[in-house]
Amino acid sequence: MKRICLTVVGMYFMLLHAFSQVTSDSALFKSRKLKLDEVNLVSSYYTQNGDHSAIQGGIGSEKVTDFANGIELKWVGWDAKGRKNTLAAGLGIDHHTAASQAWISKTGASRHTDGLRIYPSLDWTRENEKKGSSVSLGGYYSNEFNYQSLGLSAGISQKTKNNGEFGLKLSGYFDRVKLIYPSEFEPATFGVGGRGERDHPDYGSSPRQTYTASFSFSQVINTRMQASLLLDLVEQHGYLGLPFHRVFFTDGADSVERLPSNRFKLPIGVRLNYFLGDRVILRGYYRYYWDNWGVRAHTASLEVPVKITPFFSVIPLYRYYTQTAANYFEPYGTHAQSDAYYTSNYALAHFNSSFFGGGFRIAPPKGVFGTHMTSLELRYGHYTQTTDLVSDVISLHLQWK
Amino acid sequence: MIRTIGLCTGMAFGLAGFAVGCTPVKEYRKNRLNDSEMSLSSRKVEKNELNFQSYREGASGANGGKTGGGCGCN
Repeated sequence: MKRICLTVVGMYFMLLHAFSQVTSDSALFKSRKLKLDEVNLVSSYYTQNGDHSAIQGGIGSEKVTDFANGIELKWVGWDAKGRKNTLAAGLGIDHHTAASQAWISKTGASRHTDGLRIYPSLDWTRENEKKGSSVSLGGYYSNEFNYQSLGLSAGISQKTKNNGEFGLKLSGYFDRVKLIYPSEFEPATFGVGGRGERDHPDYGSSPRQTYTASFSFSQVINTRMQASLLLDLVEQHGYLGLPFHRVFFTDGADSVERLPSNRFKLPIGVRLNYFLGDRVILRGYYRYYWDNWGVRAHTASLEVPVKITPFFSVIPLYRYYTQTAANYFEPYGTHAQSDAYYTSNYALAHFNSSFFGGGFRIAPPKGVFGTHMTSLELRYGHYTQTTDLVSDVISLHLQWK
Repeated sequence: MIRTIGLCTGMAFGLAGFAVGCTPVKEYRKNRLNDSEMSLSSRKVEKNELNFQSYREGASGANGGKTGGGCGCN
């Protein structure tokens, strides 16, 4: 009897000891400080040629090269409540050359035919994996000789019980356009420098604001298919043209392009990804675009990653795009001076374009070439517009984790 | 504008139809969906392609990318 009593008391203390270990989940969870988790490096080389430069009013060389490099560092950590925090810091540097910039001077003698753009960014996301929700904040800055941009964003997302996810992101860009006019429209107060180039102590600038509400909904459809719907509402105010874009009228006189000071854009897109068999993936995308300047556009693209091995994919791609002209577009020498608005920028013309190319991606489990690099992706594309613009772009993405 | 709203509504209903008609998928059956090629967001290697397309074309947006900032003027 004494032995039974001792056993019962012993079991009681064991239970007591066991239950004393039960605490709330949050107390169980140990926070982990932010730790560098991922590094991404993206480099691109872009080259283009065409003969509809907006600087010369819709004629002249559009030869451009652009070498863009960007690095992104991503830190991940968990707070005491088990929420995942991700901090991403990015820095991009682009160097471009543009033959048409020489024609800001009426004689084609402008010496500045190249430029540098620097754009840092910072994004923070807090994800509550239990609730399936996240909040994010972001900041962005871009600086080049004639254009500065400051961007801010805030977003939320919420997963549904049925493998879906809603997202909302609000962003605002507060830009300043430097008022560099074609030489014939420069104020007479600008002096002439030692090499015959005009001195410009202060060009002045004009503001441009862009406000965007981006809605997204993604949904798993079955074990092989998922889709997402993307909708942006974009409102722009301010100086929406560029001061060095010329327009030539029917009477031979020229002026600087003139566009309305507001623009509302409404793009809506659908993505649909399907895993076909064990090796082929179909990545489809369609977008319809509408704006109050009269541009209507359709974009359709298809990428077909083929897994040669589980860690090596070859990715052919094709994209088709078509748009109607903006209400304010006319080619060289066809605008009337009585028009309220006018531009000869061929980005606002009626045209179709095709973009095709391909790439490959390597992501072996032991690292690319046995190093710490987790993936390498190289991609090339050739672009043609019915305006005769042609371009090529080659991009490389390296990732370390 | 009415046509655009109609199109947007149609696409929204289309996706909503997918959502209603979709099969519940357990986490352990998502191996294909979790493949990096199946990601619904734009790939990082596309970033500069999206930039030049938005500069050379009248339309932009609804691709998960940036919707403002930067000149892109040449």
